[in-house]
This record gives sequence, C-alpha cells and structure tokens, in this order.
Amino acid sequence: MQKIVDKINELFANDTVDRVLGWKTGEFSYDRTPAVFTKDTGLDGFVYDDFCGSNLSKYLISESAKGGKMAVLLKPCDTYSYNQLVKEHRIKTENVYVVAIPCRGKVNVEAIKAQGVKGILSVEETAGDTLKVSTLYGDCECDRNDVLYEKCSVCQKTHVVYDEIIEEEPYDRPRKDRFAEVEALEAMTAEERFAFWREQLSKCIRCNACRNACPVCNCHKCIFDNANSGVAAKANTDEFEENMFHIIRAFHVAGRCTDCGECSRVCPQNIPLHLLNRKYIKEMNELYGEYQAGADAETKGPLTNFTKDDVEPSIVYQKGGK
Amino acid sequence: MLKFTSNEMKTLFSAIAELRKLYLPIEKAGEVGFYLWEEDAKVRLDVLKTVKSAKDAFFPQSEHLMSFKVKDKAIEIEQPSDDMDDFVIMGVRACDAKSFEILDSVYLSKPVDTYYQMRREHGLVITMACGQPEESCFCTVFGIDPANPIGDVVTWLVDGTLYWEAKTEKGEAFTAELTAVLAEASAEDVAAVNAQKDAIKAITEKLPFANLNLEGFDGEHLMEKFNDPQWAELSKACLGCGTCTFVCPTCQCYDVRDYDTGDGIRRFRCWDSCMYSDFTMMAHGNNRNSQVERFRQRFMHKLVYFPANNNGEYSCVGCGRCINKCPIQMNIVKVIKALGVKE
Repeated sequence: MQKIVDKINELFANDTVDRVLGWKTGEFSYDRTPAVFTKDTGLDGFVYDDFCGSNLSKYLISESAKGGKMAVLLKPCDTYSYNQLVKEHRIKTENVYVVAIPCRGKVNVEAIKAQGVKGILSVEETAGDTLKVSTLYGDCECDRNDVLYEKCSVCQKTHVVYDEIIEEEPYDRPRKDRFAEVEALEAMTAEERFAFWREQLSKCIRCNACRNACPVCNCHKCIFDNANSGVAAKANTDEFEENMFHIIRAFHVAGRCTDCGECSRVCPQNIPLHLLNRKYIKEMNELYGEYQAGADAETKGPLTNFTKDDVEPSIVYQKGGK
Repeated sequence: MLKFTSNEMKTLFSAIAELRKLYLPIEKAGEVGFYLWEEDAKVRLDVLKTVKSAKDAFFPQSEHLMSFKVKDKAIEIEQPSDDMDDFVIMGVRACDAKSFEILDSVYLSKPVDTYYQMRREHGLVITMACGQPEESCFCTVFGIDPANPIGDVVTWLVDGTLYWEAKTEKGEAFTAELTAVLAEASAEDVAAVNAQKDAIKAITEKLPFANLNLEGFDGEHLMEKFNDPQWAELSKACLGCGTCTFVCPTCQCYDVRDYDTGDGIRRFRCWDSCMYSDFTMMAHGNNRNSQVERFRQRFMHKLVYFPANNNGEYSCVGCGRCINKCPIQMNIVKVIKALGVKE
C-alpha cells in the first residue's frame, strides 16, 4: 500500500491530478468504502488491502464529467470495465489518470462466515496464504484461497490500460477453470437446469444492487425504473418476474459484460448471477470466436458487428433450442 | 418455564404445524429466510440474521390488493379475502420482534392499515434469544435485550434443548395446545438458561458498537442534522440500490402499482425504497433529485423524523443487516458516528 500512497502524493505534488478515487477504511478491518480523496484534504483514511473488492470504474461516469483531473486506482479486472466504458463513450478520458494497482485476489468476508466463523472483528493478512481471524468468540485462521470472491478464484486478467502501473509481485494464479460451473450446468437436463435457476433467481429481492453495481448497466434511465415503459417493477408481482428481470439484464449486457463479477459480489442473496453472463460469453466464444469485452477500447463486440464469418442465425437458434 | 421434551426439533415443528401454518428461518439455495415449514425443510435456528428480516410475515414485500377486469363497458373488481388462517412465526430474534412494535406504531395508528392489522391479529410470534450475538449487532443501543426478547412466546436454545416461556395471553393459549410436547423445566434447566443469559450479556457489553452515542438525534436538532455538510461525503459512494431498505426490519415505505396481466389488471403494493429515483414521485416530478437527498432521507427518517413523531423511539433496531449487506459498506453506524456527538 505504501507504494500507492507515495505515487498518489507524487501525482498531487506535481499537479498531475487534483483528486483520487480509491477506498477508505471502515469500522472493521474488512469494510472498505469507495471514496474520493482530494489534494486539499489528503489521504486520511485511505486504504488498499485484501478487502478492496469493489470495482471503481463505474464511478468515473459521474466523476470524469466533473472536470479537473482525477486519478483512479484500478485492479486488473477493473481495467476491462474501464475500457468498455470508454468504448461506450461514457468516460471523459481526458479527465482521468489511470493508476494500475496490483491484486492477488480479494477476500470475501462472507465466505469466512460461511465456514462457520462468527463475530468477526478483524482479519489480518500475512505474508503467506494464511489469514488470521479475530472474533468475539476467539481467534482462528483460514486459507485465503478458500475465501476469495468467485471472480478472483478464476482470474487470469492483467492490466489492459493504464497511464502508470505499480508493478505487482508475482503470485500463483488460481487454477480454477472459469467455465467449469457453466459446463456443469450444461451437463444438466433442461428440467434440472430450470429447477436450479428457479431456485436461485426466486431468492431475488429486487434490490437492483446487481444492476447498479454493474459497470455496463449504465443506461441513463433503466427501463425497469421507467413507469411509462409498462415493465417497471419494484417487486415481483408474479412468481416469474424476477427470473425474467435477470435473464433480460443478462441479455442486455451480453457482448459487453467483461465478467468483472460485481453482480455476484454485491447480491445480498448470493445468487450466482455471473453464471448467466458467463454462459453468454462461452456461447459467443464458440459462435463468433474468442472475445473478451474490455480487452481494448476500440474493437467492435461480436453482437454489435457484422462479418461474413458470422455464424448463421439458424445455428444460434438451434443452440437455444437445446 | 417449560422445555421441549425431545432432542428432535422436527417433532416440535410438526406438532406446531399440525395446529397452524409455521414459518421458520429456512435455508433455500444457500441463503436463509423465513419460509413456510415443510417436512423436508432445512431449518437454521443457528442463523441470527436471515437475509430479509421477519417483517414479510406482517408486511409482505409484494401484496395483492385487488384485480380489475374490463368486460364490455363494465369494470369488474375482485378483492382478495379479508380473512386468513392463523399462523406462527418462530425463531424471530429480539431485534426483529421489536421491529414489529415500530411497524405497529405506523400501521395500527389511525387510519389503520387493515391488511397489516389482519396479519398481526392472525400471527403468533415465537422469539428466540441470541446465543451468539455478532459483531454487527447493536440492538442494545436501542434498549433491546437479546437475552430476553419480547414475543408471544420466548425461547432459549441451550446445548440443543429448547426452553419455552409464554409471555402473552395469546402465547399462553397456544402453549396450552402443545402440552403433549412440552414439560415443566427443572431448577437445573432454569440455571442453564440463566447461564446463557449471563453469557449473552457479557458478549453484548463487548460488542464494537455497544456504546454508540445517539445524543443529538432528535426533533430538537432536526435542521442541524438536515443541513450537516457531511451528507455529501457519506452518500458519495452510494449506488442507489435498495439493499439496505429491503433487508431492514423497520423500513416501512411502500408503493401501489398496477400490473397488466394481459387480460386484466392486478393492483399490488410493494416495498419501496427511498434510495430509488422514483420514490414518492408526484405530479410535479420528484422532490429528491440527487442521491445525497435520497440517502439523507433514509437516515433522517430513522434517526430524527421518526423519534420526533413517536416519543423518541428510533426506527432502527440495530439488527446490523445493512452493515453486512451494503455493496459499498456504508451504513447507519457510520452515519451516527459521523453526525453524532464526537467522543
């Protein structure tokens, strides 16, 4: 973290930026809130550690529109979201200075709780893979690889855009296959798969956290918030509505979703929403060739482009019929 | 005090379910909420904080009010029954039990909300003491005792044995129907329960937010709090989602909407969130156009407007769900600390 602090102070001192978007400390060692620090107020409360899981790129839509120059701290996965937003003309890049920061996966405190640990007061990083957990009921340890966010447990991403990079120390990349869960779902019968999604999606409380956290869910006014659209809904009025909400949302971000994993990270009901997006990514890879949204800020996505090599619509149709 | 005679909790659940519909903290797809108990349900009495609170039992997230059908030139109106079966909600914690009183003060004062009233009349609340309070708990700040919850019946689960005490007439009458599975607790049993109560008290004193200071959050300081410059900073990262409001046991705002079913209209009411851009939308538009104003509304309501109108009673019960669930980790404790009296 000290390297990052030094870098920001340097950027303040040489007038490269007047403010920085990062994270600040909370009540516990694991609650981190996105925050803007200015040259005038300094870096009081600034933090960067295992718990800074949130993706800051979406805040740049409003922050970059304000004028002045802002530094933003982006982890490898966040740079893909940044590129995608730039591609969609949602960020004024001339007002942004991207500082690429190292990441070796972020820890999900809920995953520690899911191991039966109660009353967590603090979680301390160690040099190795062990986390020291202090609770109201005694201390314990856990392996950080077991309590990473899902998005981190399959991550192979590296920074794809930056003005400046703070080099990371090499670490062992996770060996989990990103598409393994999707393949497990594909192996199910249609009935089993339907039952799986019905059970998961029916937990939805329509809080819209997935939509509001999603960098590519950036419509000025969402159709589900527009009373005149005829489909606005604050609650589930029949037993399939929340299911449709998520399916429609996944369709809308198809080809634009960078698989940043924010949807699943923020869901209060822990619905594995990333699996919907990842299924589409896998399908598009197979039908249109390998494509990673946000890998750059120029290439047209498979669904917003036409090439002679594109798969015939009938093939796509048959896929859906399986 | 009584105790449940078997170690097999399922026996008690089926005994209750034979008498009334029974709602319990039940795990579905990995998360725990209050659901109707069935034979194969995975009951989780060890979980303190269900994702959503218990308020759905009396104030459901979405509630059917009436249906309309147009036939030729006539409009047919169908209203749902204004009667329902008696039900039991069990495993409610002290914070959620207190939230029912807060909801009562809103929905049972005139004009009475008849939908809410019907559910309250038909529902029986069985609470459970919190054997292991969590770090995000701060109910004691609002005068709630997690060792001695309110409720029609209060229970304590100590080393796998369930202890039972009826606290209201309704609770006494219901207990009388369960004599087959309940027996008088011995002096040893009472000592075991008291030991748990002492242990709970010892933990609550150590909780990180046990000494949260609410001084200055009242009607007298309304404008001072309203105009505090810190709201902008506190709300800066807010995503404007409804998570805090929907997991909250005391958030009570609703919207009434019509749903086009294709062959008619279903009018429903559903929880609303002051975090949403169309909250309390009026003919002239919206009176809170920025997230700062929406964010401020939520906390001003809980910590200032509500106590100012309800004899000093806050509309927060310290359950801590918002602390656990906010996607950006902003919450009522941080607001109280920022705007409150500095130690």
